[in-house]
Amino acid sequence: MKDNDLRLDGNAAGGLLNEIFPFEMTTAEATCGGCGTMKLFGEVMFYRHGMGAILRCADCDTALIRITHVRGCYRLDLSGISYLRIVADIH
Amino acid sequence: MAQQLKWQLGTVVEIRQETPKVKSLILEVPGWTTHLAGQHVDVRLMAEDGYQAQRSYSIASPPEDTYLMLTVQHIEDGEVSPYLTDELRVGDRIELRGPIGGYFVWNARDEKNDDSPLFLVAGGSGIVPLMAMIRHRANSGDKVPTKLLYSSPYHEEIIYREELDHISANDSSLRVIHTLTRRQPQNWMSYGRRIDRAMLADTAWRPAEKPLAFTSGPTTLVETVANYLQELGYKPECIKTERFGPTGGRTV
Repeated sequence: MKDNDLRLDGNAAGGLLNEIFPFEMTTAEATCGGCGTMKLFGEVMFYRHGMGAILRCADCDTALIRITHVRGCYRLDLSGISYLRIVADIH
Repeated sequence: MAQQLKWQLGTVVEIRQETPKVKSLILEVPGWTTHLAGQHVDVRLMAEDGYQAQRSYSIASPPEDTYLMLTVQHIEDGEVSPYLTDELRVGDRIELRGPIGGYFVWNARDEKNDDSPLFLVAGGSGIVPLMAMIRHRANSGDKVPTKLLYSSPYHEEIIYREELDHISANDSSLRVIHTLTRRQPQNWMSYGRRIDRAMLADTAWRPAEKPLAFTSGPTTLVETVANYLQELGYKPECIKTERFGPTGGRTV
C-alpha cells in the first residue's frame, strides 16, 4: 500500500479540530506559508498516524498544522500557516 | 455561532443488511439538531480497559429524517467496523459526535446551487454521503438534473440498489449509471470496468453546463475522478472530494 492511499481530505479532520477550536473548522480558510495557496481546511490533505495528525497543503505539501494529543495535552505546530480565517456563523 | 461538539449516545433502533458486507445502523440520538447532506459523524468505541478507537462515518440519512442512519462496511482487521457490523444489536448504544463538515455538503435550499447540475461519483461505500444528497433531493422535490456514476465490484455489492432503482424510476431528472468492476451478471447493459477517463467523458455533464461534482470512495478512485474531471474542463472548486482512505473504510 502506498502512503498516498492513506491520504484523506481535511474534511475528515473536522472532529479533531473541533476539539481544539470551537468552530466548524472544515470551512476555515488557511493560507499556506510555503506557496501562498488559500484553501478551506476541508480541501487540504489530511494524514492521521498513531502519533498524531498532519494537515498538508494540497498544492505544495507544506505541513500546515501538526497536532499531537498526548497525556491530556494538545500540541500544535502552526508554522506552515501564514494566515487563518475562521467563519464563525456557519451553523 | 461557536459550537464545541459533545460526545452523545445514540441508540440502535434498527439494523438493515444492505449487502453481504454492509449494514445500515438506524440510530435514535436524543437532541440531534439535524445535519446537512454529506456531513459525517465520529464514532468512538471504548474497551473495558479504557482503550479507545475512533472512526468517521458518513451520514446516510437526509436531514428530514427523524433517525440518523450510518451505513458501515465491514473491514477485515478493522478496529471499529467489525464491532458495528457484527456485534452491535438493536437497543445497544454507541458514542458519536457530529454533525461534522461544512465542505462536502449539498443543500437543496442553497440558492447558489440552483442551476448547477449535479454529477455524483461513488466507489463502494463512498455512495453513503451521496445517498444522503439523493434522498435529501428527493424529499425536497428538487429537480436539479443529477447523474450518479457508481462503481461496485459485484452486482450483489451495490449498496442501496433497490432504493436507487426506485428513486430514479420515478424521477426523470435523476440518472443512475452503474459500473461493475469484477464480475457482471448476464445481459448486463451498463459498464463493466473501473471508472476511467472515457467513462467520465461519456457520463459527466459538460463543463459549459456549470456542473457541481461530488466524488467519494477509496482515495485512489477519488483522485482519479478529480484529475480526469479537471482534464475534461471542470473547475477545481466545482469538484468536491471525500477520500475514504485505502479500502473505503475511512481510518480516522
